[in-house]
Amino acid sequence: MNRELWEGNQAIAEAAVRGGLEAYFGYPITPQTELLEYLSKRMPELGRAFVQAESELAAINMVYGAATAGARTMTSSSSPGVSLMQEGLSYIAGSEVPCVIVDMMRGGPGLGNISPGQADYNQLVRGGGHGDYHSLVLAPSTIQEAVTLTYNAFDLAEKYRGIVVIAADGNIGQMMEPVVMPPMRQIGHADRGWELSGAAGRPRRIISSIGLDPEVMERINARLQARYREIEANEVRFAERQTEDADLLVVAFGSAARIAQTAIREARARGIRVGLFRPITLWPFPYQRLAELAQRIPRLLVVEMNAGQMLNDVRLAVGPQAVVSFYGRTGGQVPMPEEILAQIGGMAPTPSTNGARAIALL
Amino acid sequence: MRGTIRIDANRCKGCELCVGICPKKVIGIADTFTPKGYRPAILVDPDGQCTGCLLCSTICPDVAITVYREAVSRTPAQKHAAAA
Amino acid sequence: MLAETMTVVYERPETLLPVVSHYCPGCSHGIIHRLVAEVIDELGVREQTIGVASVGCSVFSYNYLDYDFAQAPHGRAPAMATGIKRYRPNHVVFTYQGDGDLASIGAAEIIHAAARGENITVIFVNNAVFGMTGGQMAPTTLPHMKTTSSPQGRDVATMGFPIRVSEMLATLDGPAYIVRRAVSDPATINRTKKAIRTAFQAQLHGLGFSMVEILAACPINWDMQPEDALQHIKNAMIPYYPLGDYKVIDAVKALA
Repeated sequence: MNRELWEGNQAIAEAAVRGGLEAYFGYPITPQTELLEYLSKRMPELGRAFVQAESELAAINMVYGAATAGARTMTSSSSPGVSLMQEGLSYIAGSEVPCVIVDMMRGGPGLGNISPGQADYNQLVRGGGHGDYHSLVLAPSTIQEAVTLTYNAFDLAEKYRGIVVIAADGNIGQMMEPVVMPPMRQIGHADRGWELSGAAGRPRRIISSIGLDPEVMERINARLQARYREIEANEVRFAERQTEDADLLVVAFGSAARIAQTAIREARARGIRVGLFRPITLWPFPYQRLAELAQRIPRLLVVEMNAGQMLNDVRLAVGPQAVVSFYGRTGGQVPMPEEILAQIGGMAPTPSTNGARAIALL
Repeated sequence: MRGTIRIDANRCKGCELCVGICPKKVIGIADTFTPKGYRPAILVDPDGQCTGCLLCSTICPDVAITVYREAVSRTPAQKHAAAA
Repeated sequence: MLAETMTVVYERPETLLPVVSHYCPGCSHGIIHRLVAEVIDELGVREQTIGVASVGCSVFSYNYLDYDFAQAPHGRAPAMATGIKRYRPNHVVFTYQGDGDLASIGAAEIIHAAARGENITVIFVNNAVFGMTGGQMAPTTLPHMKTTSSPQGRDVATMGFPIRVSEMLATLDGPAYIVRRAVSDPATINRTKKAIRTAFQAQLHGLGFSMVEILAACPINWDMQPEDALQHIKNAMIPYYPLGDYKVIDAVKALA
């Protein structure tokens, strides 16, 4: 296996191509633009569909169209663009068609800035658009992991006929790391039984998210909820490091978890036994495993590049017995290992704060 | 040319566009109601004035009208029957 | 009783489903659905056709037209159709949109689909109001026209001017075929059918974006009898929205 140096955005784009991406629609926005640029060359080269849309609104609806036609389809954007896509995402969820979305999160709210952030957590894991729905949200912390998750994202989207989000940030998108690229998959598939391919030799099909009769609409919701329970049962993913002997557990996802890992190494060198719990699926959230760990390690430090969004899920998981502290940087600021180390030091060996919430303020 | 029409009363919503457009004035409105509560158009053509001109079927928004015309060329059997 | 010598000279097209529509008495959507179905049947492309319904009264067009159908968010039908067509370039893809959907919330999507020369067909039904929500002002509402959201009549000083979509899109280099027609009497209806046929033929020949704008009646929201509403198309709509061929590239002319 060849290890090659890849930029995150381009690596995700190539992984999607190799995973069977047949139709891509996107719109430029930093720090995701290299993904679009890469595919503007790569997709036509392979005879696959590429359109630079007039807006994120149009891009997501092109994805919606291609998904109804049975394509393996994807778009990518960054926070403000993903906000604009929420209309289409709600329709896609309601219509039960598969697609993949990449969100290279940046500093917000509003126009914010182009520095890395994680403040789309609530929007991504709670649904985001109108109505009761969920996307399966995957948060890579390395480029290799982003490649693997993206490569397999289409299978997940098709299995559950829904949305899979790759939730990364500008760090993952724009840094370079050695990556082993997976092999190119064959594209093309047998009729899936619902896609729009022209009513030849079969009754016509309709793909719609309308359910004018509330009874019908409630049945659609029940079907969606049943599928979400199935996803919760099957797809929870997380990573643990050095939790066996830990007195303190850091909980972080994506690039915040990488930085926390550096702080944990330093803390261990100073004799503080710290472990890391890293959710890979932000939805479904690994509530159960985290609850088990908190039984044994009732002191937790949540680190995020936002004002405390995953924090709520951690609290739900561990209940009121555990002491949960929070450290977050916002607005595109990235926490430094020494800042996290200071937080770890403040909690060890006995917690000096109960449920403290620290957000760096300038 | 002789023609006739058949109006599907269940589809008709009584908009009367066919009534107004008919050049022979052989379409009227029934006293009865459709299941949807409309009074449908009906053909009232005792003298066989309908020519099957297609104006009513063209203007009908509910595509409720089928139009017929007398066949121009007849089979020998039909000619024989007509002559008898 | 029908004489045995009578033969059918007109009946419902095969792909117009045998159901009663939800449209109001005298609404032009029924006529336009029929024309689309007749053209698809005559071209023999039912099995390769994918429709994209919009939001508004025609949201349920898929209940009447017997093709594979997707239903788009408000205004986004051209974007959805783009996604479908780019993945299935050999299929016949069309949108069916009203003026609220196409000219208001979907203005960006229609302009860019046209500018890209997407090889899709757009059936654009312009009745100058938002019908489904009960007759509010649309971008196409005529000056001084009363609607439920312009009760004193559209005052152009505060509410702006109507958009002439066909003329606007015809300024772009992308489109192959853009015409405006009406369904105000049998003659205009027959000409509309010819235009719909040309638009689909343009797509089948891969010539690019085609759109037929159709001036249509909404008697209920115009507060008119159906026959008066058809007169209103002639007397009020056509003077503001002249019928005509706004863009017909040579390759489309050659199809005729």
